[in-house]
Amino acid sequence: MDPIISIRNVSKVFPSGLRALNDINLDIRRGEIFALLGPNGAGKTTLISTICGIVTASAGTITVDGHDIVSDYRAARSKIGLVPQELATAAFESVLPQMNFSRGLFGKPADAAHIEKVLRDLSLWDKRNAKIITLSGGMKRRVLIAKALSHEPEVLFLDEPTAGVDVELRHDMWQMVRELRERGVTIILTTHYIEEAEEMADRIGVINGGEIKVVEEKTVLMNKLGKKQLTLTLQQTLSQIPAGLANYPLELSPEGDVLIYTFDVQKEHTGIPELLRELGRHGIDFKDLHSSQSSLEEIFVSLVKESA
Amino acid sequence: MNLYAIRAIYVFEMARTGRTLMQSIASPILTTALYFIVFGAAIGSRMGEIDGISYASFIIPGLMMLSLLGESISNASFGIYFPKFTGTSYELLSAPVSAFEIVIGFVGAAATKSVLIGLLILVTARFFVDYQIIHPVWMVTFLLLTALTFSMFGFIIGLWADDFQKLQIIPMMIITPLTFLGGAFYSINMLPPFWQKVTLFNPVVYLISGFRWSFYGIADVNVGISIAMILVFMLLCLSGIWLIFRTGYRLKS
Repeated sequence: MDPIISIRNVSKVFPSGLRALNDINLDIRRGEIFALLGPNGAGKTTLISTICGIVTASAGTITVDGHDIVSDYRAARSKIGLVPQELATAAFESVLPQMNFSRGLFGKPADAAHIEKVLRDLSLWDKRNAKIITLSGGMKRRVLIAKALSHEPEVLFLDEPTAGVDVELRHDMWQMVRELRERGVTIILTTHYIEEAEEMADRIGVINGGEIKVVEEKTVLMNKLGKKQLTLTLQQTLSQIPAGLANYPLELSPEGDVLIYTFDVQKEHTGIPELLRELGRHGIDFKDLHSSQSSLEEIFVSLVKESA
Repeated sequence: MNLYAIRAIYVFEMARTGRTLMQSIASPILTTALYFIVFGAAIGSRMGEIDGISYASFIIPGLMMLSLLGESISNASFGIYFPKFTGTSYELLSAPVSAFEIVIGFVGAAATKSVLIGLLILVTARFFVDYQIIHPVWMVTFLLLTALTFSMFGFIIGLWADDFQKLQIIPMMIITPLTFLGGAFYSINMLPPFWQKVTLFNPVVYLISGFRWSFYGIADVNVGISIAMILVFMLLCLSGIWLIFRTGYRLKS
């Protein structure tokens, strides 16, 4: 299937000389949830702004559903809904007129039923006549999402949607994003919360220093880079790892009561049975053992460190 | 042409007028009423006629122009500056609208509002002085052209301004003096010969003179030149806006 967004050799150099994007190539698949991860200043927002037409690329081309974002900007932009990172709202306006404004701006005739549905889905219907300035931060965030959905976009950009949002609203938003995906909307989100990407995304792209470092299915990424650890809590403390176990990548805790064995999930043989037999042969008993997989967060940190 | 977008911007801007009724409608009318009381009723009664027109009637076109210029500029400049200031301009920039459509929406709304104010001032004037309008069609033409042109000028100022002070500085430091010295309160024939020549470099002279001609059939400068001047200024503003959007100046990076 052809990608809904296709980014080819896109670079952006700001007048200050800052190279915010460096030769980005990226395809976003139709109907997926794509999470763009990266530290502050990595180029996440610049990339989104470039696709949406707020920032002009210095080089390269971008198409949205086959429409070039420059030469065919009307067709391209009308498919996109953007929820910006900043809570930028028309503070003195009420919610409902703002919804109609956004829909009109994107070239759609008024549709009271659709607007009502979007507002109800986001629990904003009761606030439809409230001035935006009177709403809480979380509610303002919902208003921005509602505005972005007012014209029934096929692609939704969520730039740090849950920054500064409480746990309940965050889960509401995740739910909403999943429902949107079920309706066929493609979603691209940037986030600082790695658990968010881990929870939601189908694919993950890591951007740093204006370059895409990795694009991978979430599960593949976690398998590929994920390390598992087996933690053994010992019956008796050890002063050092016995020489016979030197072949195993083992770590002994400073107290000498915990042994940590790190292994690669990709390898066919984890080496665990052999290790356990060896331990038995050395007379090391353990009272507890558990294994854990490194989280996306750890993967992310290691990736960013690597590229720095 | 994205007509829905033009309407959305227009409605949004007009709604702003509705929300700030006191500031945007009541205040210019009150100011003008004060001018009529002071210059028309109080001082005007002691002044002689100018070109056969009583002083109070003479200043009506000038006062309307004073409000028209000020309101057009401040409405349009604030209209586009505020979204930049609050950050909501992201939506305008990411929407499938052309620069032309954005301008029609903002400038159209600003011009509508200042024409309304101009007409309200005309009605208000009725309570204080008598006047006639010899060329009503030309009067409306001047009103519309001036409102549109200066709304465009205001739009440019709003795009250019990156703080509130810059938003105020051109209307305050340039437009107000030019209007006061442009014959709003006097005929330029009353000036010494040297200053009559100098004052011809003031574009507002042509606006007020042409506008006054549509009321009373008297003009300081030829009406054709007045119209030509408005059109020239309009073209300048249009090309300025075109250039701004083409280069993305102060709008995008």
